[in-house]
Amino acid sequence: MANVVLEVKDLTTKYITRFREDVYAVDHVSLKVEEGKSLGIAGESGCGKSTLALSLMGYYFPPLYYTSGEIIIDGKVISGMKPDDVRKSVLGTEIAYIPQAAMNALNPTRKIINFIEDVILAHDPTENKKFIYDLARASFEILGLPPEVLQKYPVELSGGMKQRTVIAVSVILRPKVLIADEPSSALDVTSQKMVIKMLRSLMDTGFIKAMIFITHELPLLYNVTDDIMVMYAGQIVEQAAAREAVFDPLHPYSKGLMGSIIVPEAGLRDVKLAAIPGVPPNLKKPPAGCRFAERCKYVRAECKVTAVPLYAVGNGRAYRCILAEQVLREAYAHGQ
Amino acid sequence: MQYSLRQAFRSGKFVTGFALFAAMLVIVIVYPLIITYPPLQIIAQGTFFPPGIYVSTYDSVNAPTTYTLNLDDAAAKRIASKLKAEDRTAMKEWLVAAGIPESEIDAADTAKLLAQWEANYDPKKQVAGMTFARSRYFQRVNTSISGLLSSEGAILATKAPDTGALQQAGTVKQTDYVNVSEIPNVRLLPLGTDNFGRDVLTELIRAAGVSLEIGLVAGIIATLIGLTLGLLAGYVGGVVDDVIVFITNLFTVIPGLVLLILISFSLGQDKRGPVTIAAVIGLTYWVWTARSVRAQVISLRNRDHVNLSKLSGHSIPHIIINDILPYIASYVIMAFILQISSAILAEASLSILGLGPRTTDVPTLGLMMNWAMIYQAHLLQKWWAYLPVLVTIAMITFSMNLMITGLDQVFNPALRD
Amino acid sequence: MASEKNSCLSGEGLTKIFGFGRTRTLAVDHVDFDFHEGEVVSIVGESGSGKTTLAKMLLGLINPTEGEIHFLGQKRDISSQKKRQEYWKNIQAIFQDPFSSYNIFTKIDGVLLDCIRMRGGGHLPKEKKIELMTEACSFVNLKFAELTNKYPFELSGGQMQRLMIARIFLLKPRILIADEPTSMIDACSRATILDYLMKLRDEIGMTLIFITHDIGLAYYVSDSVYIMEHGKFVERGSADEVILRPKEPYTRRLINDVPKIYEEWDLSTV
Repeated sequence: MANVVLEVKDLTTKYITRFREDVYAVDHVSLKVEEGKSLGIAGESGCGKSTLALSLMGYYFPPLYYTSGEIIIDGKVISGMKPDDVRKSVLGTEIAYIPQAAMNALNPTRKIINFIEDVILAHDPTENKKFIYDLARASFEILGLPPEVLQKYPVELSGGMKQRTVIAVSVILRPKVLIADEPSSALDVTSQKMVIKMLRSLMDTGFIKAMIFITHELPLLYNVTDDIMVMYAGQIVEQAAAREAVFDPLHPYSKGLMGSIIVPEAGLRDVKLAAIPGVPPNLKKPPAGCRFAERCKYVRAECKVTAVPLYAVGNGRAYRCILAEQVLREAYAHGQ
Repeated sequence: MQYSLRQAFRSGKFVTGFALFAAMLVIVIVYPLIITYPPLQIIAQGTFFPPGIYVSTYDSVNAPTTYTLNLDDAAAKRIASKLKAEDRTAMKEWLVAAGIPESEIDAADTAKLLAQWEANYDPKKQVAGMTFARSRYFQRVNTSISGLLSSEGAILATKAPDTGALQQAGTVKQTDYVNVSEIPNVRLLPLGTDNFGRDVLTELIRAAGVSLEIGLVAGIIATLIGLTLGLLAGYVGGVVDDVIVFITNLFTVIPGLVLLILISFSLGQDKRGPVTIAAVIGLTYWVWTARSVRAQVISLRNRDHVNLSKLSGHSIPHIIINDILPYIASYVIMAFILQISSAILAEASLSILGLGPRTTDVPTLGLMMNWAMIYQAHLLQKWWAYLPVLVTIAMITFSMNLMITGLDQVFNPALRD
Repeated sequence: MASEKNSCLSGEGLTKIFGFGRTRTLAVDHVDFDFHEGEVVSIVGESGSGKTTLAKMLLGLINPTEGEIHFLGQKRDISSQKKRQEYWKNIQAIFQDPFSSYNIFTKIDGVLLDCIRMRGGGHLPKEKKIELMTEACSFVNLKFAELTNKYPFELSGGQMQRLMIARIFLLKPRILIADEPTSMIDACSRATILDYLMKLRDEIGMTLIFITHDIGLAYYVSDSVYIMEHGKFVERGSADEVILRPKEPYTRRLINDVPKIYEEWDLSTV
């Protein structure tokens, strides 16, 4: 069995609102990512994807609070550490995070090489500039970025180039896990493709050991990650290999999501777009039973009574629905 | 709009500012109804009477009833008001200089000190090293303290109409008192009088009213011009925009105050009434409103809701009134309040330079400052002639700025709590 | 099949130039097109390709610098407010950002009543108007009784966009220009919006012009597709033809750059 790089056990984190209400945006989430694998997280906006990404870093700041569970990176437990320790010994070296608007976070008055110096000196203040420059140059060359970029200011770079530069800077310390939260959704399709290509090459070139990729664009997820995890209302509702998740989803919510995929391919003409009516539940008072029950086409009376556990069905596959695999497949076959 | 208004009254700053402003407005409106003295009537003969209650001496002497009050501290108070601490040290100094041993003099013992003084003081005596001014000072002290310890009353005398000789008409004893409420002529001057001898408080309240009127008229004129030009330039665009931007730029490069001074000066003293001044201020202060309204309209003009309104077949006036104005209304209201407060300040600046409204009709806050300055109230330490005016100007602008900050918090989502 | 139908909206040498001198930009560069009645057309381009400018010219919101637009075979004349109003009875739009499409000071009733008035129903009795509005709302699965006296910003993005469709339902124009109607809303609501748009087209038989950057969406909804680059149409044809058998390198690049799920996505081309 391959080495597990990132393991999360029953992680729960919450937001505390202005009115002192708890909102459990990540609710008992468990996951494992093996070395060389990537995991995609899908879901509507507001279902907890981005909160999960923030929570995985082990670095919490208000209004987000850690409640329970464990995050283990390569055997090292990082959950429950002090924020300062996390910043010093986890961020950048164990885990790196790229938010959606990362490219806009670059200080326009500094050159790219200065950011790299900051990152490296923060972890080892004794390094000299020449060494850093050589390291940066070598890394950029491996990642297919022109080394001239190092001497440029952020404003001199295009959006796509900036985003790729940010990714290169975040992985320069070779973190074990990279968490990318919608890294390409603000870009045009061509830049997006370049970012994706770069992300896919990170593991082959040994910069990272595992990746978590978050987006609502399912075709992207399908093309980037090995496994896909579907989140709904703070919970995992389905876990499966990418191909299975897209073409053979089990949970009715995943089924709905996959039904909204639009691609310019001949296969699309045979599919009827499916829409999920309604909106996700308010997490201040989540429903007692299945959280998707309100919007589900196949809802039964017992769905709304008790919380539904995540059923494992082998091959690393799991889904959170009281209906049996066979029942769901038949229902989908009739539904179309 | 109603919603915003309700929100505005939830903002602490706005409510404070509004309450302050409303209070001032109420005073300005109500005070003249109760106190009906003409604000510019000259009542005092002389300049800068200090604040206080003025009681007619004649009426006191001829009061219908006099009361006898035997108050223990009456003599002490009387002496204290005449014989100040510095006078005591001065007296001691003179006595020492005149050869009395210092150990024998006790400046705190009023009776002994006065006795020693009366025994020894001789105005003609030359004390070594004393200047003429200093010896004059001691002569004055001597005059004021003579008879201080006496318990005799003052004799009132009348002139006999035929002979012109004085006849005793009565005496006023030291223990005689009159009741102020029985005296027909008592005048309260809470802020004293100014250089012309006019009641400062009455004048000030009238001036605040006039200044507010000037502010309001100037604010309305400036906002109307600015709004119209801004809307035209922003929405119509093209040549209209170019022309308006050109005029606006022209006004921007000339400092507003300089323009104001030149216009006021060229109008001449006779034509400068408060309304004229207000109009002049309004005509020179619209520039920033026009510029910012234009900028906002340009950004609104291309918004989809305006496009949608056009597609719904609405006319340009309908679109401007329904789809543009409500969006900038909050901004225009804030600009309007700001215009009022800056117009009040502009009037004050103009008047202090002597270019304000004509002085004979009405006072304004600026004119009062102008008068106080010309008669050197600040050098003479007659604080009541200028300090209340300064405080009033400050309070008006402060309350308005508070309202604007409060409104800003309501209208600007970025500043909302 | 398309050629048998009547021309609904066509253009010849349509050009729009913004600015002059150094800042002169050619937003739309001599484009010709012919949209047929009842057709679903997509104009696909990246940001800055001039597709939104073209849409605004078609709508008559901005004037072309050069070129002519023909409406129903006649030269379009929108020189006076009256003629514009007449034209806008025939052509309507749905914009990209639902949050900025509504006047935040107008209630939902006002939005819908405007449409009834525009269709000449201003004199109708109140009950009839409410009936019309209820019908329009239920077409997009909204309940008018819940919306009345509310402001549009109290709705979610998807609901606002549905209300836009209800508006079109009341107006029943011949042509609807949908300018990126789904790009600001969640992928899940996207399918709903597209469903209602297609349903509406079937209901009132209008010509639907999609302006979009999403080539997959263009393929899914349209009969014919125009690919726009730097203000010019580089390729046009039926959806299958353009998307599945693209001739121009630009079209091929656009299609290649979008992730695929049925076939292998070739990442080597960038």
